[in-house]
Amino acid sequence: MSATDHALHVLALPFAAFVILAVLPWLRRKGRAAGWLSIIAVAVALYRALTVWAGGGRGEATWAWIPADGGPIATVGVLVDELSAAMLVLVTLVSLLVQIYSLSYLDRETPPALGRYYTYQSLFAFSMLGLVLSPSFLQMFIFWELVGLCSYLLIGYWYDRPSAARAAVKAFWITKLGDLGFVVGIVMLWASTGTFEFGALFRMAAERTLPAAGLGLIMVLIYLGAVGKSAQFPLHVWLPDAMEGPTPVSALIHAATMVTAGVFMVTRAMPLFRLVPDVLALIGWVGAFTALLAATMACVEGDIKRVLAYSTVSQLGYMMAAAGAGAADAGFFHLLTHGVFKALLFLAAGAVIHAVGTNDIFRMGGLFRALPQAGVVFIVGTLALTGVPPLAGFFSKEAVLAGVWEGRMTGPFLMLALTAFLTAFYMFRVIFIAFFGRAHAESHPHDAPPLMAGPLWVLAGLTVAIGLRFVVAGAGEHHGPGWLAPLSIGLALAGFLLATAMYQRRLLEPARLAAVFPLNVLDVMARHRYGLDALYAGLYRALILGFSRLIGWIDRYLVDGLVNFGSAWTLRAGDLLRRIQSGRAQDYVYGVAFGVLLLFVWAQWVRR
Amino acid sequence: MTAIPLLSLITWSPFVGALLIMFTARHRPLAVRLIAAATTGISTVLSLWIYMAYDREGAGFQFYEKLPLVPALGISYELGADGISLVLVLLTSIIIFSGVFASWTIAVRSQEFYALLLTLVTGVFGVFVALDLFVFFLFYELAVLPMYLLIGIWGSTGEIRPRGIFAWAYRETGVGTKEYAAMKLTLYLLFGSAFILVGIFALYVVSGASSFSFLDLEAATFDRGLQRWVFLAFYIGFGILAGIWPLHTWSPDGHASAPTAVSMLHAGVLMKLGAYGVVRLGMGLLPDGARDLVWLVGTIACINIVYGALSAMAQTDLKYVIAYSSVSHMGIVMLGAATLTEAGLNGSVFQMFAHGIMTGLFFALVGLVYEKAHSRDIGKMGGFGRAMPGIATAFTVGGLSSLGLPATAGFVAELLTFLGSWRSAHPWWLLPAVAGTFLTAVYVLRVAKQIFWGPPSPHFHHLEDARGPEWVALVVLVAVLVVFGMVPALAIATIDTATVGLLARILAP
Repeated sequence: MSATDHALHVLALPFAAFVILAVLPWLRRKGRAAGWLSIIAVAVALYRALTVWAGGGRGEATWAWIPADGGPIATVGVLVDELSAAMLVLVTLVSLLVQIYSLSYLDRETPPALGRYYTYQSLFAFSMLGLVLSPSFLQMFIFWELVGLCSYLLIGYWYDRPSAARAAVKAFWITKLGDLGFVVGIVMLWASTGTFEFGALFRMAAERTLPAAGLGLIMVLIYLGAVGKSAQFPLHVWLPDAMEGPTPVSALIHAATMVTAGVFMVTRAMPLFRLVPDVLALIGWVGAFTALLAATMACVEGDIKRVLAYSTVSQLGYMMAAAGAGAADAGFFHLLTHGVFKALLFLAAGAVIHAVGTNDIFRMGGLFRALPQAGVVFIVGTLALTGVPPLAGFFSKEAVLAGVWEGRMTGPFLMLALTAFLTAFYMFRVIFIAFFGRAHAESHPHDAPPLMAGPLWVLAGLTVAIGLRFVVAGAGEHHGPGWLAPLSIGLALAGFLLATAMYQRRLLEPARLAAVFPLNVLDVMARHRYGLDALYAGLYRALILGFSRLIGWIDRYLVDGLVNFGSAWTLRAGDLLRRIQSGRAQDYVYGVAFGVLLLFVWAQWVRR
Repeated sequence: MTAIPLLSLITWSPFVGALLIMFTARHRPLAVRLIAAATTGISTVLSLWIYMAYDREGAGFQFYEKLPLVPALGISYELGADGISLVLVLLTSIIIFSGVFASWTIAVRSQEFYALLLTLVTGVFGVFVALDLFVFFLFYELAVLPMYLLIGIWGSTGEIRPRGIFAWAYRETGVGTKEYAAMKLTLYLLFGSAFILVGIFALYVVSGASSFSFLDLEAATFDRGLQRWVFLAFYIGFGILAGIWPLHTWSPDGHASAPTAVSMLHAGVLMKLGAYGVVRLGMGLLPDGARDLVWLVGTIACINIVYGALSAMAQTDLKYVIAYSSVSHMGIVMLGAATLTEAGLNGSVFQMFAHGIMTGLFFALVGLVYEKAHSRDIGKMGGFGRAMPGIATAFTVGGLSSLGLPATAGFVAELLTFLGSWRSAHPWWLLPAVAGTFLTAVYVLRVAKQIFWGPPSPHFHHLEDARGPEWVALVVLVAVLVVFGMVPALAIATIDTATVGLLARILAP
């Protein structure tokens, strides 16, 4: 069997699980049985994905999708190359682990709700796999929207919570805003090239036959889609709110897979982006700025999931900065390692939340003793995220920094370096407050049950193993200038030391430090999320809702008013004219006489 | 060409059903429904049959039937179906078949209700397959007139407060009542018919062929100036039925007041009669006029899209939201046609189909929600998803199709329209069209969240999900939306056979 056949199997398995669960309500309402069906499907898909990845076979297969006179206007298919093969493994692996973990994490849900959860999970796995296998912009957009749908449905999984309902629509709207750019971009690209397919477009790019006019605008518009999906400034505001969904969903969709779709798309379309260096520079600057901005917000956040969400935004900024600097490989490498260790961090946080029943780190404390497994894996994830050798994150972060430096983007490089420092600070802040510090006496949490602990250890093991593999292979040494590794380790260490001083040794009082200028200004601004959420809310209310009320009023009372005005006057005129029919003969004679007079006047004077 | 008059069977089967209901099923409500289901079922099966049997290589009008009626005047009973008609006939049969089940619980005078409904459907089928303009017009009126009784008798009355400078006119005309809605809709559509009739007669007289046959008139050539005037007459006349701005205000009131099956049929199919008329008669017979005036059609369509979406967002009555969304989506239909590109025109016809199914689904759902909750006030609702998960799911699928989510029919239609817009003579049309999808996402998800999400509203008790026959409409319509969204070739391969020839005529130098 060829690689494309295997890839189709990977795609078909979760789709089949979804269809079965969608059309068989009795199975779906069994809950755990639905879960196992979905898990088995994705497990087999993982096996197939590994075959594709390890087998090394590559290829492309497409079929007509929308017919037209003289050849289809759009095709669908699968494209298997290094990029998509690696993504297949990441997506199926994290999906599998998350789905297993969820069985235990969501053990208090009713069976129908659990069945609904796994239906969405299967749909998500299918959509995400379809996205990474896309051989064309159009197919990517299709699955791009479908993963957005799954995100919406899963953020709103607890749909009777008002906050979850709000967060779900907010996520949908904000990402849709970016997608408007995406769709306009691909429509324009199609109009000037006549194709959506990567293969044909890249050929044109290589042969320099791509119409250059407007390409910059087109690529910026397409990039806007990635800004929404990968939570880049200024459309990042939906991702922290998306934490309203169940924690395993955050791990899978809002950390490891869906949010990286934007980075994946930019990486995939790199041959086109390379033709417009200004757009790449924009991507780099926005990415680095996003990384820094999100890191500052993570420093003042008290909700453990939101800290991780800001951290995800920040790391997505890293990946985008690398892509913008022309080091898309480094960005993609960071995407893969980040997918593993951020999923680990989220699932570990989930184990904590499941045990103590709160997201607030200030109501945790001393948990390392009560939850040793969760504590250990959380620390492993943190070390990887902060870039401590020899864990996976060290090499990828190093590669990103090297790429940005070599891309001669000094400004973004400095922002990313500062972010590295802040990352270590906010992560160890969480660890010291939640896992060490004084224990809260009233709670007696229990450590993760086996179904949750298993995935945690697998991910922790992978985080270490990927790193060790690079140590053995000696990769990462020829990246960047020699001072880079000491610098990044030094920054991480500085962040760690500051966090230790503030939250473990209590040498510095956080409140006192936050009162010093200019930190006090920054503190207030970061706590208010730089006013961006308020700005969007204001725009939504004033612009969209306000304008809709205005139009609604105009339609009802002016446009329709004119119609009613016409009909009311017709009625009135009928009423008035009715009086002419008085029934008295002399009135009619007057009328006739007046008419004759008029005719006479007309014939005598006017007509001449 | 087949010996069995399939198109006549499809067209007249509901009418026979109406007669049977009137004469045999007095005081037997179940018999009424079974006859209605059976006769519309026949139409549905035959529609599917001709849809599959259509020779796509040969294209053109097939299943041709001709029977001279008034030879002296060139009037004959002439039927035929091409790619566009086939899709719309299929749409009509799916909607009416679902509609019969969606109004299963109608209690008052169900015999007359079903008889009128079925008569109306005969008119709709007739319009889509008639090739003689005189017969076309008769069918067109047959499709419009029963609406007056259906809304006036079985409709529901809402409340609209008279405000603004025309407040006195609102009090005088009784805005908000079902009688007002029925009268407004009928008068408006008859006003449009006058334009259509004038247009048809103008063509009949000027062509000199003394034939009302579409095929004869298509072969005739008309002076460019005349073409413009007649195209404008057809655009206004049919456009009223298609809900073009600013002649759309009959539609929200009419659809909101009408009973479920009638709203389904009206928004789902009758508005398509208008769009079909513009494409078939306007563009088909008057290529020069169409080419000269598409700027107007497309620009108004853009207004429709954005204006309709914003108006929908402002509504607090669930039925009005759906009604205004039709105004917005019919904008996509008209825009696609106005692009005069293959993609755009295919998108237009596919949107007729997609929107028909989607809005039919929406009105069926609104009817169900109303039946369970006895309210249409969105502000009072909340948390219905717990009690009615099936209805919530179907509503979500309809909403997603409406905002153009991939894997639903709405996406394909909108995408094709976008592609056509950017390649048309007026590329800026793309921007309002795309903005419309965003606004749709805002109001659809907002309404879905308000009704089905959140904590259960204290105003409602004992809500329940759809039951028994009510499921038929939901399942059928959801399935069609998703299947055609995933495999759009099912419809587009057929539509394309007709649009390519149509465009060739318009764009010919």
